[in-house]
Amino acid sequence: MTQVSYRLAVRDALAEEMERDPDVVLLGEDVRIGGVFNATPELLERFGPNRVIDTPISELAFAGAAFGAAVRGLRPVVEIMFADFLGLVLDTVANQASKYWYLSNGQASVPYTIRTTVGAGGRFGAIHSQTPTGWFMNLPGMKIVAPSNAADAKSLMKSAIRDDNPVLVLEHKLLYGTTGEVAAGNGSVEPIGRAAVVRPGRQVTIAAALAMVRTALAAAAELAAGGIEAEVIDLRSLRPLDIDAIAESAGRTGALVAVEEGPPTGGYASEVISAVAERDRSVRVARVTMPDLPIPFSGVLEDAVVPQPPNVVAAVRKLIGERGE
Amino acid sequence: MSTETRPALSQSELERCYEAMVRIRVFEDAAQRLFLANEIEGSIHLYQGQEAIAVGVCSALEPDDAIAATYRGHGVLLAAGSDPARLFAELLGRETGLCGGRAGSMNIVDLEHGVIGCFAIVGGSIAAATGAALAAQLREDDSVGVAFFGDGAANQAYFHECLNFASVRGLPAVYVCENNQYGEFTPYASVTGGGRIATRGAAYGLPGIEVDGNDVDAVRAAAEAAIDRARAGEGPTLLECQTYRHKGHSRHDDPRRYRPDDELKSWLARDPLVLAERALDPEWAVATRAQLEQEIEDALVEAKAAPLPRPDPAASATKEPA
Repeated sequence: MTQVSYRLAVRDALAEEMERDPDVVLLGEDVRIGGVFNATPELLERFGPNRVIDTPISELAFAGAAFGAAVRGLRPVVEIMFADFLGLVLDTVANQASKYWYLSNGQASVPYTIRTTVGAGGRFGAIHSQTPTGWFMNLPGMKIVAPSNAADAKSLMKSAIRDDNPVLVLEHKLLYGTTGEVAAGNGSVEPIGRAAVVRPGRQVTIAAALAMVRTALAAAAELAAGGIEAEVIDLRSLRPLDIDAIAESAGRTGALVAVEEGPPTGGYASEVISAVAERDRSVRVARVTMPDLPIPFSGVLEDAVVPQPPNVVAAVRKLIGERGE
Repeated sequence: MSTETRPALSQSELERCYEAMVRIRVFEDAAQRLFLANEIEGSIHLYQGQEAIAVGVCSALEPDDAIAATYRGHGVLLAAGSDPARLFAELLGRETGLCGGRAGSMNIVDLEHGVIGCFAIVGGSIAAATGAALAAQLREDDSVGVAFFGDGAANQAYFHECLNFASVRGLPAVYVCENNQYGEFTPYASVTGGGRIATRGAAYGLPGIEVDGNDVDAVRAAAEAAIDRARAGEGPTLLECQTYRHKGHSRHDDPRRYRPDDELKSWLARDPLVLAERALDPEWAVATRAQLEQEIEDALVEAKAAPLPRPDPAASATKEPA
């Protein structure tokens, strides 16, 4: 185990998978010099221009071509610089790739990965700051992973590349500089779809993803100081969600707060809450999300719409207060 | 129209192409009858009149090449070698359909015959074939990717973005525009700037060639040249094949509402089957048609006898390890 940044963990995952499988190729804008977020440095030198491919600023063309190439046996990794640009590729992802395995009656799947940068807090304004999970949540055939730390940035990327289906990898721009323990080597990978308990607790379950895991952990520390023991679950996979793990925890604690950096409607928080509520009506539930607004530019406005630890603390206290503890 | 003058097809090749075109014609006529009798549900988009394009291009391809087609895809599927009985079965929603009844007319995949997809969104085939060409280039496997698409697709982002991408990468792709003169109900000239679609190739630095799309020999010649060019590593080609659909856009639309009668008449005089028959023995042509009518009738009987698929509660939209 060595200390590695989230950014380099992404790069190392790509390098290891490209080393392992000659069919893995990387396509995107400026990826040869490392990309705008510098997550792909030195891959060109190692793997050459036929596997590290700079594209025109033409997302529909290269994402669509990645689909066709995947049907024909490659395992392309497509970089969409900002997730906000995913609107440009929605037809090829939603209508072509995600439905292919089912509609073709299992003739072929589309083993490609779309990695993209999400998240507010960078003062990039409404259309370079979104986490547009909801655009992809209701696509049968699609998988979505969301690493909150360096170890997962590597392991979930590797799982995505080896998965036989279209996988969207959300990388949070505020996490690129964070560091953590990351496993070396190129062994087996876990299948997509497992959440992780990152802090045990017995009075409330807080489920979060990406940068909201840090927010949830900060809230849990504050709650602990006030005598409330919160369990924090890092969702890691947003589609499929690990409902078994979340429901088990929420069943134990009796209360569930889902925290999402995104609008309130149709995101993973809604799905976590409804799936758990279907299983166990005794669990009290709440969501902490952004308001139903675009993300504003001005720092004071942006920070006000992103869920912060005090928002989570308040939601937990209210929920537990309702239960009479 | 065509810049090609030499005959591409030997007499025996022309006969094979004629058979392939008649197979499509008879199949589509039967599909239309089934649809009007409410035996095929939903919508269908028929290919009568455009047969020379699918046959001219597909007859020049190798088994490892990749083909992407449109929601008007029955002709390309049959030209690529799809089993008519399994194609009927798909249109009828049967278990034995090419996609088990999951796809229906507009979304068929038949990888056994190189068809990576028929795409229900205008222009979608262009990206799919571009990707197949990218895979061919990166794996150095000598195959080509062919996209069929209509005149309407030439105004989609898919067309412009993919032709540019294919050009800058020198991809082994062939872009076959089936210009049947109407995007749905709208004359293409009224919604297409610059006149010809073929001239758009020049904007992206690739050859754009206008072809008589009702002359199977001309289509074959142009396709061979484009495919040879792609295999030689010389990059993509755009073919604009002028043609005309004999039927409406889809379903029950009556094209007389938006197309002049004399226009249809003039194109019927240049029916691709009629043009091919000029170089064929009339008795052989009549016998061939009778034989294909029987083949298609047999295929339909087989398809109708096939079971309906059973809804599977365990069906998955993802491929998981066994």
